[in-house]
Formats: sequence, C-alpha cells, structure tokens
Amino acid sequence: MMAVRVGGALFAFFVGIGRVAIGLLATIGRVTLFALNTIRRALTPPYYPGKLFEQIAHIGWFSLPVVCLTAIFTGAALAQQTFTAGSRFNASSTVPGIVVMGIVRELGPVLVGLMVAGRVASAMAAELGTMRVSEQLDAMTTLRTDPFRYLIGPRLFASIIALPVLVLIANCLGILGGYLIAVYKLGFNATSYLTISRNFLEADDIGMALVKAGVFGFFIALMGCYYGFRADGGAAGVGDATRTAVVSAFVLILLSNLLITVTAFG
Amino acid sequence: MSEPKIQLTDVAKTFGTRTILDGVNLSVEPGESMAIIGQSGSGKSVTLKCILGLVRPDRGSIRVDGEEVVGAHGRDMERIRAKFGLLFQGSALFDSLPVWRNVTFGLTRGRNREPARMRKIAEENLERVGLDSRILNLRPSELSGGMQKRVALARAIAPRPEIIFFDEPTTGLDPIRADVINDLIVSLVNDLGVTALTITHDMASARKIAHRVAMLYQGRIIWRGPRDRLYDSGNPYVDQFVLGRAEGPIT
Repeated sequence: MMAVRVGGALFAFFVGIGRVAIGLLATIGRVTLFALNTIRRALTPPYYPGKLFEQIAHIGWFSLPVVCLTAIFTGAALAQQTFTAGSRFNASSTVPGIVVMGIVRELGPVLVGLMVAGRVASAMAAELGTMRVSEQLDAMTTLRTDPFRYLIGPRLFASIIALPVLVLIANCLGILGGYLIAVYKLGFNATSYLTISRNFLEADDIGMALVKAGVFGFFIALMGCYYGFRADGGAAGVGDATRTAVVSAFVLILLSNLLITVTAFG
Repeated sequence: MSEPKIQLTDVAKTFGTRTILDGVNLSVEPGESMAIIGQSGSGKSVTLKCILGLVRPDRGSIRVDGEEVVGAHGRDMERIRAKFGLLFQGSALFDSLPVWRNVTFGLTRGRNREPARMRKIAEENLERVGLDSRILNLRPSELSGGMQKRVALARAIAPRPEIIFFDEPTTGLDPIRADVINDLIVSLVNDLGVTALTITHDMASARKIAHRVAMLYQGRIIWRGPRDRLYDSGNPYVDQFVLGRAEGPIT
C-alpha cells in the first residue's frame, strides 16, 4: 500500500516536470514562429516607415532621461566602490580601467536593457493586449491591414535600432559619472584618468556592447508584442500579459547577456 | 437563380473540448439582409469570424461569390476580405487615432496619405450615419457609446464593401439609439445595395433590419424563415427564444 502511494507520488512528480518542460518547449516554439512571422512580413510591403520612426521616438528618445540617470549614478558608484576596495591592497589606480570595462561591457547594456524592458515591454504588452481584448486587432485585419506589418514589425525593428544608441549614450555617461567622482572626490588627475580610460577601451568592447544592445532590443520588443498579441480575458488578461512580458524580457536579457559574455571570453 | 453571395456548408469548429459549430449550413443571397439569432455562446460570433477567415473551421466549406474562404491566404484572402465590412459589437475603434483616420483606415490601410482627400471622405461617410464634421478631430474615447457605434459604422462602409456584417449592432444602446442604428442599417442596405449579415439577440432589431432570420442553437441552424414568421415559426425553440421565456426546450 505504502509502496503504491510512494510510486504514485514519484510518478506525479515526473509528470509535473514533464509538463513544465513541454510547456516551456511549446512556448519557445510559438515565440520563435511569432518572431519569424514578424520578420518575414515586416520585410515585405506595404511598409510603414512613419510607424517605425514613431516607435524609435517612443523607445529611444523618451527612454533617455531614465537611461542617463541610471548610467551616471551607476558609473559614479562603481568608481567609488572600486576605489574603496582597491585601496585595501594599494590598487586604487585600477579605478579608470574597471569603470570603463564594467560600464561598457556589462553594466551599460544590462542596465539599459532592464530599464527599457520595464518601460517599453510593459507598454507594448498593455497596448497590444488592450487592442486584442477590445477587438481592435481583428478590426485592423478586416480593414486589410496586417497587425504584424503595422504594429509589431515597427516595434521590433525600432527596438533593435534604438537600444544600441541608448547603450552608447549610457556608456559615455557611465564613464563620465566615474570620472566626476574620481576627479572631484577621490583626487585623481583628470588628464591621466582619461588617458588610462582611453587606453583600456578597445573597439571590441564597444562592438560587444552594441551586439548585446541589439539582442536585448529584440527580446524586449518580442516579449512585449508576443504577450500583448496573445492576451485574452479582459483587463485581468492584459495585466497578466504585461507582467509576463516584463518578467520574460528580464530573464532573456540576463540569460543572453551571460551567454554573449561567456562566448566572447570563453 | 443567381449564385449565393455567402454559402456555408457543414461548417464545424471545436475549441478544446467545446464544440461551438456542429455543421452549420446557411446561404445568403446577393442584396439580402439576413439575421442570425441565438443565445450568447451559441456560436454566432464564431460563424462570422469563420467567414472572415479570422478563425479556421475544422471542417466544411465557406464560399463567398463561389470562392472558397477556408484555407485561402495571402493575396486571395486579402481580395476576399476586401468585400467585407464589419461593425464590431464594441465598436473596436482605434483609440490612438482621431475619428477621421479611423473612418478612412480601410482606404489608407493605416498610412497617412492624402489627408485632405481622406478628411473629405471621412466627412461624407460620417454624414451618411448622421454625424457632423465637428467630431473629425476627436478621439474615439471622447465620444458617447452611440456615437462610437456610428463612427464604427462609417468606418465599415467607407471602403464601399459588398457585404457588411453587424455583430450585435444594438447591444449596449438605449432603445431609441438602438432604433437609430436599425434605421441606419436598413437605409445602408437599401441605398448601397449591400448584402448584410447581422448577429443579434435583439428581436426588435432582427425584425426591423432582416429579410430572413436563422436561429443558431447548439452549433446548428435549427430554423430559418422570413422575418414575418419569427413569431409564428411553429418551432418551440424559436418561440421560447423570441418570447424570452425561461421555461421551454432551451435550458
């Protein structure tokens, strides 16, 4: 009797694991098809350049304040932390190098990615989700306008274009933040700080930051659009879609960041 | 006898374990106004969505002007869809666009082209549904429910479709506003010579706007006939439904 019960519980445990795994694979499959479908349709006419520019403004321009703020403060804090830790073993001269590396390769792209995901993936999921539950997406289709070309394509490409620009700006400001703390608080020489920073920085670092940014931009818009497009069940459904979009975008940004870093330096 | 404008043969659709449509047969003649009545959840909306190609039926055939809709895609589907206009139950106006761009959306396909000419077209179509040009620049959220419905109607007729679907056109409106919409539908069908298919559970509306009425029950058409026979159909299901009785064969 006991053995049967243990066997049953064990079986249920594996069934549970199997169900989660199958669910995950099915979602990956659906998201991949959604992405391919979007790219295929967005690359064939009719095109909507106006919508693309509108989205670049939404995603890029209006994200600037929060991105700038994050970058400057993080750069400054990083410089202070590096100085404090480095001075314990007479290595405080590493401040410019670590700030540059840390900001350009990791913190710049990841922080911008997370900030924009919070701002943009949520907005996309909420907007498309509301359009779905109020039948605006069906209305659009019956008016012979493809939502993939009109709504989703421009969001996806605008995000892939805007993120690298935002990351470049964030990297500059992050380094500036570190510079300000180092020169005006920690007593570094301004010229030599900049020279060391410049020497540490290589074209590859910037290239990697831009690749990461492009990938993050893709995931942010993809998650926002995918979950918004599939929303159902009224206001609660839109809420679910928004939350899932942001959480999935966060997870994908962190995962792909690690993957790119490990692949590049492995 | 001419070819039917819309012909459904044995159309079935199941969502998960729920059978929504179970072999629907229906034909609508050119220039005819047909109403489908039935309870909420009886598959009325799904029938419309199948004809529009928004939902793909599991089996059966749907022909529009003799052309098969099931399985059509790309250019073919687009050409068939160009024949349809649809008035959505909740209006489904694009809330990010002003009224005039909503009305002309089917013509511009979302692009901002020839704004002066499009505004003129929007004005003409709004006039047809009894609205004046003062609302051209307003957003849909600034309009009342009845006005939204009329703007949605103007949007549906602006591309001059051959067939118009009305999805519960009077739901959510007071009886007077509902009758205004009914009158508009009747005049549009007569003036524009379109074929109309309306789904509704408003009997007054069905009697006013339809030439023929069909009743959908448990995924099948269980009765069809001219609108004058609606109240003496001799069918207990139809009787219960049109008289709105809680007791009867429908539970």
